[in-house]
Amino acid sequence: MAVFLDRDTRVVCQGMTGWAGTHHVARMMEYGTQVVGGVTPGKGGRSHLNLPIYDRVAQARAQTGANASIVFVPPANAAAAMLEAIEAEMPLVVAVTERVPTLDMVRVKDALKGSRTTLVGANSQGILVPGIGKLGVMATGSERPGGIGIVSRSASLTSEVVAQITAVGLGQSTTVGVGGDPIHGIGMRDCLDLLLKDADTEGVVLIGEIGGTEEEEVADYIAGLKPSKPIVALIVGREAPPERRMGHAGALTLGGRGDAAGKVKALEAAGVLIAPSAHLVGETIRQALAGRG
Amino acid sequence: MKIHEFQAKQLLAPYGLVAPEGSVAITPHEAGEIARRLGGPVVVKAQIHAGGRQKAGGIHHVDASGSAEGVASRLLGRKLVTAQTGAHGEKVKRLLIESAVAATRELHIALLIDSSSGELMLIGSAKGGADIEEQAARGEIRVNQLRLGAGTEPHRYEIAAFIAGLGLEGALHEQGCALVDGLRRAFLELDASLIEINPLAVTEEGTLVALDVKMVLDDNAMFRHPDLAVLRDDEEVSDIELHAQLHQLNYVQLDGNIGLVANGAGLGLATLDMVVAAKGRPANFMDIRTTAKSLDIAQGFKLLLDNPATKAILINVHGGGMQPCDTIAEGLGIAVRRSGRSLPLVVRLAGNNADFARSRLKNFGCAIVDCPDMWTAAAKAVAIAAKGA
Repeated sequence: MAVFLDRDTRVVCQGMTGWAGTHHVARMMEYGTQVVGGVTPGKGGRSHLNLPIYDRVAQARAQTGANASIVFVPPANAAAAMLEAIEAEMPLVVAVTERVPTLDMVRVKDALKGSRTTLVGANSQGILVPGIGKLGVMATGSERPGGIGIVSRSASLTSEVVAQITAVGLGQSTTVGVGGDPIHGIGMRDCLDLLLKDADTEGVVLIGEIGGTEEEEVADYIAGLKPSKPIVALIVGREAPPERRMGHAGALTLGGRGDAAGKVKALEAAGVLIAPSAHLVGETIRQALAGRG
Repeated sequence: MKIHEFQAKQLLAPYGLVAPEGSVAITPHEAGEIARRLGGPVVVKAQIHAGGRQKAGGIHHVDASGSAEGVASRLLGRKLVTAQTGAHGEKVKRLLIESAVAATRELHIALLIDSSSGELMLIGSAKGGADIEEQAARGEIRVNQLRLGAGTEPHRYEIAAFIAGLGLEGALHEQGCALVDGLRRAFLELDASLIEINPLAVTEEGTLVALDVKMVLDDNAMFRHPDLAVLRDDEEVSDIELHAQLHQLNYVQLDGNIGLVANGAGLGLATLDMVVAAKGRPANFMDIRTTAKSLDIAQGFKLLLDNPATKAILINVHGGGMQPCDTIAEGLGIAVRRSGRSLPLVVRLAGNNADFARSRLKNFGCAIVDCPDMWTAAAKAVAIAAKGA
């Protein structure tokens, strides 16, 4: 079984009647994802894409047996949509919306504590399980069912790495984008943990970049684990010009972490293979798997 | 969105923040007038969006016999390069003239969002000042941290203990707790992402006075604060970068000769890394957001074509579900047709609608160097730029 998404996943879309929701839900259904309804407050009782629309997530969940939701609600109301899904105890919520106010995400994070929901995003391209389904907005065509799990902070690099992995003769078990914003739901470490425990996943690729401390947290986690599956990481932004800063508080809390060199060093020390360049990720994971076989 | 020190002090006053008496001057004459009105020694402070002003000569103490007007005339219009501005510095357009405050002690406190926990975090140190980062790195001062969850609860006991930990007692302790509570409310109500007071002075009279305040507001939340949006002062962001932002592009000017374009920040950073690894010098970083339409993208390519230093343009696109390759090809085609300049276009197209994008470019009459993968493209662009230089 893959991570997050399988043949029993039944999806409702929050914000399905908008342009983005309509377009991407149609693509998700073409790919074989079981979409069972939509939620748009005020439009309950109508039908869209031949699916029933509900006013509330809880109603949609009760009526359709949905166990996952994807959020296309615009930024001003995106957090309210996520909070409603958490309250309705939706097991999996993927939020695609970009530019959600940061303090809204802080409130969503707070609501996630002790809840039954796993949140992916916001500002995530979503989850793709090749051959099974997609809960997201990524293009498909170059993926192939296989054993490599991908956890990423970048949507465009994920597509790139999927294509490279297919090109070297391998395939993907699950790809997941944790989201491009500083405050988001599930992080790289917990996604990695799920993939390491997943029977269908033989190796993992992490796609990280400068900023934040998620890669360092992954390194701390792996260092104590000695995982049996090879892990390859790509860290981009080594040559990025330094950011204009404001004050000392950020630097004081990061304690020197966050730059590309530090991330590479921490991951290497934990036993992660670093892809030397963005075009060599597929080759690096192929060699790592061959070396073990 | 960064705001200026004087703006932050004004915004936070209703929440209980006390700052020295003062006003803003935009001419040397005004600076002199304000200093005379305040009487006694004053501090003249350049208002730019970065720290490190003291060391860069952006802050001057002027005693009663000195000339605030003279100091102001030397500062206004000057570019200040500090440890936090980057090499190009920031132009000083405004000065804050404040009464000098004699401090018996200086502390540091800040509220920010801790990305690792996703919670509001209060940090503080019993010693403040410009050297705080270096002192913390050397282990000379301790920076205390307190997580406040979503910040919606007052956390009175924890904050009381935190303030006591900074060595504030009696009336000062009470003032400290009230200040933090005010800052917490301000942080939530104003959609801040940083409020930093450094130094926070203990005066001879036994009061807490904020000598300097740094504040950053959340760009993504400005739609619900039209009153705060007017505080934006983007002049330190170049016109080019601002123009790019309006067209859903992230653009950063660099000093090389290869123009870079990618869709998505991650792929953009990867492209930059590869060009440098191939011994090339990027002229810019440009990432096309998924929300950009072809006419926005054309504006982005125009920026690259208009940069006289650019000798070649490298376009690295992996078409996604939200932005197929042909949208970007159309933007490129429009820009090339409009521009009188013809530069070598090294193109790598993959993913959604890559073939369609190639045929679009052909229809536009764009001659491209079509590369099968991104390393070949980076190496090719570097070679062409080296020949053209």
